[in-house]
Formats: sequence, structure tokens, C-alpha cells
Amino acid sequence: MTYLDHAATTPMVPEAVTALTEALPRVGNASSLHSSGRRARRVVEESRESIAECLGAQPSEVVLTGGGTESDNLAVKGFYWARNAEDPARVRVLASGVEHHAVLDSVQWLAEHAGAEVTWLGVDAYGRVCPETVRHAIEENPDDVSFVTVMWANNEVGTVNPIGEIAAVCAEFDIPLHTDAVQAVGELDIDFAASGATALTLSGHKIGGPFGIGALLLARDSSCVPLLHGGGQEREVRSGTLDVPSAAALAAAVHAGTSRRDEHAREMRALRDRLIAGVRERVPDVVLNGAPVDPSDGTAPARLPGNVHLTFPGCEGDSLLMLLDARGIECSTGSACTAGVAQPSHVLLAMGADSLSARGSLRFSLGHTSTSADVDAVVAEIAGVVQRARRAGVAGARTLEGDAGQGGAPVHRKRDEDVRVRT
Amino acid sequence: MTAGRRRTVLAAMSGGVDSAVAAARAVDQGHEVVGVHLALSAKPGTLRSGARGCCTVEDAGDARRVADLLGIPFYVWDFSERFAEDVIDTFVDEYAAGRTPNPCVTCNEKIKFAALLDKAMALGFDAVSTGHYARLSFADGVPELRRSADLDKDQSYVLASLTPDQLRHSMFPLGDSHKSEVRAEADRRGLVVAAKPDSHDICFIPNGDTQAFLESRIGANPGTLVDDRTGGVLGEHSGVHQFTVGQRKGLGIEAPAPDGRPRYVLDIEPVSATVTVGSADRLGVTEIDADGAVWPSERELDGPTECVVQVRAHGGTAPAVAESAAGRIRVRLDTQLHGVAPGQTLVLYQPDQHGDLVLGSGKIADTRA
Repeated sequence: MTYLDHAATTPMVPEAVTALTEALPRVGNASSLHSSGRRARRVVEESRESIAECLGAQPSEVVLTGGGTESDNLAVKGFYWARNAEDPARVRVLASGVEHHAVLDSVQWLAEHAGAEVTWLGVDAYGRVCPETVRHAIEENPDDVSFVTVMWANNEVGTVNPIGEIAAVCAEFDIPLHTDAVQAVGELDIDFAASGATALTLSGHKIGGPFGIGALLLARDSSCVPLLHGGGQEREVRSGTLDVPSAAALAAAVHAGTSRRDEHAREMRALRDRLIAGVRERVPDVVLNGAPVDPSDGTAPARLPGNVHLTFPGCEGDSLLMLLDARGIECSTGSACTAGVAQPSHVLLAMGADSLSARGSLRFSLGHTSTSADVDAVVAEIAGVVQRARRAGVAGARTLEGDAGQGGAPVHRKRDEDVRVRT
Repeated sequence: MTAGRRRTVLAAMSGGVDSAVAAARAVDQGHEVVGVHLALSAKPGTLRSGARGCCTVEDAGDARRVADLLGIPFYVWDFSERFAEDVIDTFVDEYAAGRTPNPCVTCNEKIKFAALLDKAMALGFDAVSTGHYARLSFADGVPELRRSADLDKDQSYVLASLTPDQLRHSMFPLGDSHKSEVRAEADRRGLVVAAKPDSHDICFIPNGDTQAFLESRIGANPGTLVDDRTGGVLGEHSGVHQFTVGQRKGLGIEAPAPDGRPRYVLDIEPVSATVTVGSADRLGVTEIDADGAVWPSERELDGPTECVVQVRAHGGTAPAVAESAAGRIRVRLDTQLHGVAPGQTLVLYQPDQHGDLVLGSGKIADTRA
């Protein structure tokens, strides 16, 4: 089996498995006052300290949550409610159009139910949000901005955003910045304090930890209204009995990921570049989406070390996926699903792709278990698979005509409000 | 299907009991089966409402659970744009033109055994399997499409417009079974869909209100209802899409006929939006012309041929003599048929004790008394 869908989820690292399984049989609610409770609390707090240290945060800034989606929801809605309560004029949310649905749909919810006005931040052809785009959007009226949300690295095309520069722009206007770093942790150098971001989302299972746990790094001086009310376990911002084994395993995964990061990234980059080169050799008209592998002019953004996102002209992504799956190669069409139906990727559409090519795309994402044999398997099969998918694409060609410009995601309903990149 | 040969089969799985058992039987026959659910609605509902439709997320989930149990790969393929264009738009256009379409026939012709089959073939599959009730066998590679063993469920009518080539790459594993057996088998196999109600009506009109759906798509196109004998105007209507030849109810005519007999729609003229009505005896048809002839079992008529015709999905059969030339079929009925609506499919059957054989089909273009 060739598993190349690590951006969807990656196997747990041995350290996390050990931490999880050691903690699982032990009794103790971290909020209890007796010795079992104290022991559980100690595990949680040591985990929190470890996560904080690995990611450049204070322990008190680590809010444990139920995962990336909850962290995104908490930041987006919590910031909006808090900032709006401080000043009702703050109704404008600045969000990039390439965010994960956990952010996109939360923002859309605020627009539909809480009076938010959304300024969708445009991206360049790489899928990057430029600091100047953020500046122009804020300068339209700095006083009505609630917060800004821009992901650290894109989950589909792997483009890395200049979060530090964007945070600096936000800081000038004293506006909070949330960044979804679900794909970035363990792949890139993440220092929360140095980045200047106000809140940062991370997810356990994307970095070799367990499912069902994540964290929101939340700056001490920020205010955020809770989503979940109850015992107030996490800084009164998040309630719910603490999941001690998962917290320990999350900390182990963050530690393993960050301590091996340089070596891991170097290996991933080498495999990634071999994969891209090998596919290009077999399928010359393949298009690499997102940032180039070797930026020639120095102005292109960076690319996640494990991300390969390709468009195969004339193919449908679902055909490619099925044919590769039948050959033991697992990847993704990298797009949002309802009922398992592939929609044209809102990320590619925001980057200016037509919906035809948006549907003919595949994401291969490498991770800590990937080997050169995985790359070889794809390279060996890709030409035959593409040839076959192309025939099928022709067979179903009428499906694809005349739908250019119809966005699948809610974000595209507001395309006219986009703040476009100045060229 | 050539008996015994192992094929790679794409099983279309709606999430209903029939296609589930069909897929299970294809697996049992030793074929290499992959399940596919066709997403036909761009905005599928989350949960099924009533017994209608087959396109909700819940239905896709049911199909997925069946595939899990059968141990076969499963995917959802989006055919919603193609379905909207080829089936829904055609349905609306046909009504607007005063004809009465059968969207299931169109869906089989354009989607399941065209777009899906073409895609499946290109991807390396040998055949598409569905849960239709019809018998398909081959004699020296020549398909023989017959009525199902379960005459109440028989769907040979909606498959009669498939070409021999399409049939050569089709499998209908339920053709020899009765619905009750299929349900019992689903239950025995532990399929979650065993007790699921049959879907009926039109899948893309989930609330079953065809008139409201057409109204919203076509808009108002007012016209008159006229008496076929006197030519007098009997009433007004807001669009010809509300009428089908042979229709009696809902004509909206207040004054009764002078002879007290019920009135029926006899003819629909879309350009002037004139609907002609008259008594039942004027409704009888003894001659039907159909075009777009297809010969699924490679039995193109060779001179006048005695057969049984069927003019709508349920009922409407009569003995007849049929002839064909240049893609047109003309049938002369021994006795009058009522309610023969242009736009419906005409299917010719050759009676046979092993299941009536489908000789040919065409789309009804014209009728004469």
C-alpha cells in the first residue's frame, strides 16, 4: 500500500502511541482534587508546557480543544463575539478565500447569523495572501475590523503564507490575527510568539498524534468568547473534561514533529521533488499547482515539504483517484466533500483556475512514513492511469462544459467583494 | 453477459434495496465489482424525505454501507450537471412542447447506460450492473432483452431504448427474481437497506408536485381549452405543461359536456397553447408513429410483424402489427388504445413464454384514430 494522503491524516508516531497507551488505563479527572486527579492534572500540565515550549508559546496560551475544526471555530467566532462586544462597530471579518472549510464556513455563519460583513482576501496565482492585500483591506476602514484570519499553509496546494508579515500589518492596527496552522506544524518552523499571530490552530492527527484533540494557541492578552460552556477547564475559554491520554499523546507528537523537523523536511522535499520530476517525465503536460519547487525569481512563496498538487489536463480527479486506488496508491482530490461528491476546489478557483482544471487535480501528500518506494510506485503507474482517465474524461466531457465560473464554496458568492492583489 | 466469465463490473448503487442485491449477486457470480453511487443532485438533501428520490446524503451513505458489507470499493461520482442538462432540462422542454416525457427512459439512455457506461468502459470496466427488473441474455453475443419474471416490477419498458452495444456491457442480476425475493435476500444478507421503501415518482421532484415544478421552470404560457367538435373555447389554462393526452382530471372546465360524458385531453398544440378536449371515443388510437427506432435485441423488423406494443411505463399494452423504415416505426393496433401521449416511448414486444422479448422501441411522434 502506498499511502500518500498524509495531509488528510498521518499515522501516529510511536512516541504518541506510547504516551496514549500508557495514560489510557489510569484513572483521574484532571479537575479532581485528590491524588488521582492531581496525577492526571500533572500529565495535562506537563503536556501543555511541552507543547508551548515546542511552538514558542506560554503554557497558559495552550487551549486544548477537540481538534482543528473546534480550534478554528473557537478563534473565528470567539474573536468576533469578543471584539464586537467591545465595540459594536467591529463587524468586518477579513478572511482569505483559500481557508479550510472549518474557517470558511464559520466566517460564513457569522455573516448569516451574527451580522458580520466579510471581506474575502484575494490570493495570487500561487494561492498566497500578500501582506499588502491585508493592508488594503484593513485600510478601507480600520475601525470596523473585527479580526483577520489567514492560514499558515494551505492544505490543498501547500502554499506557505508570510504570516509574520501579515501579523505585523495587523499589529499596526491592533487587530487580532488568527492563523490555521494545521498543515504547518511539524513541517515548518513555528514560533507562535515570534510570528505575532494572536491565535493559532493545530490538530493532533495531522502531526502524528491522536484524532479528536487539537489546540488553539491563544495569546494571553487576547479576548475570546467561549463556544463551549461548562466547567471552564481551559482558561474559561473552553469547557469539557480534559482528555488526559490524548493531551499526553498530542504533546508527544508535537515534540517528535518539531524536534525532527529539519531532517524530516529535508527528506520530504527530496521525495516531493523526485515525485514531481518523475510524474512530469511520464506526463509532460501535468501542471504543478501552488508554489514552484525551485523558485527562480525569489519572489515565489515556499511550498510545504510534503505537498504535491497536480492538475492532469483532460482528466477528472475522481477517475484518477479510483484508478490509483485500484493500484494500491492512496491520494486525494484535495477538495471538499458532501456525500463524497467532489466539488471543484475553492482553493484552485480562488487561484484563478477554471473549474474544468480544478476538477482534474490530485493531491499527493507525503509524511513521516513515506519512502522512495512510494514515489516509485506513483511514477510507475501514473502514465497508464492518466491515459485511461483521459479517455474517461473524454467520455464524460460534456459534464465539464459550460460550468466555468460557478463556485462550489460559499465564498464565491461574494466574489465581487474580493480584495484583489495589486499587480 | 457471457456466462461464467469473470468481468470487472461497475455496480450502480442508488442506496436502495434493488441495486444493493444486484451488486451482491454480481459479487457472488465471481466478478470484480466496484460500487458507484451517482450524485444526480447538485444540492442533495441530508436526509431522505418520504419514499421519494434516491439522491440524498443518507442514500449515498446506505449504498456505502452495503459496499462495506460486500467488501467492494465504493465511490460517489458527480453526474449532477449532466443529469440536469440531459434529463431535467429535457423533461421540462418536452412538457413545454406539449409532449409527455418519461425521465427514467432518458436517464437510462443518457446517463446510466451512456455517460456512466462510457466512463466505466474508458476506465477499464467490462460492464455496468444495475438493479433493474428485466431479463438479459445472449445468444452468440446477440442480446435478448426480456420482461422481468416479476411482471409487476418489470422495467424492460424503460430499458428498451438501449442499443445492443449498450446491452452487451450491461448486467441486470435481478431479472429472474420477484421483488419479494429480493427483499428477503437483502434481509438474509444483512443489508441495511432490506426494509427501505421503494422509491417511486420522479427523483428530482422530491415533493412529488410535478405541476409546481414545471410551473417554476416554464412559467406561465396561457392558452385555451377548445372543444374538438365545435371548436368552441371551453376554458383557459396557464400552460400546456399541465396536460397529458388522455388526461381527464384537472382540466378546469366548469360547464359539463352537452351529452354529459367526461372530457379528455385529445391534443396539445404548444405554439398557440391550445389544448383540444373531447369525449373518450375520440381518444382511441389505432395507428402510432414513432421515431428514433432502436433494436435492442438486433431484431430489426423485416416487413409487417405481429407483436404487442406498450405505450407507457405501466399498462397500455395491445396487440398490433408493426413495420419500420428509415428509423421510424408505424404500428397498427388490432383494438384501440387510449391515452397514447406523444413523447412517451413505444415498445414492441414479441410474446414469449420465457418473458416477452423486446423487439424495438421509438419515441411516439404521432397518433391517428
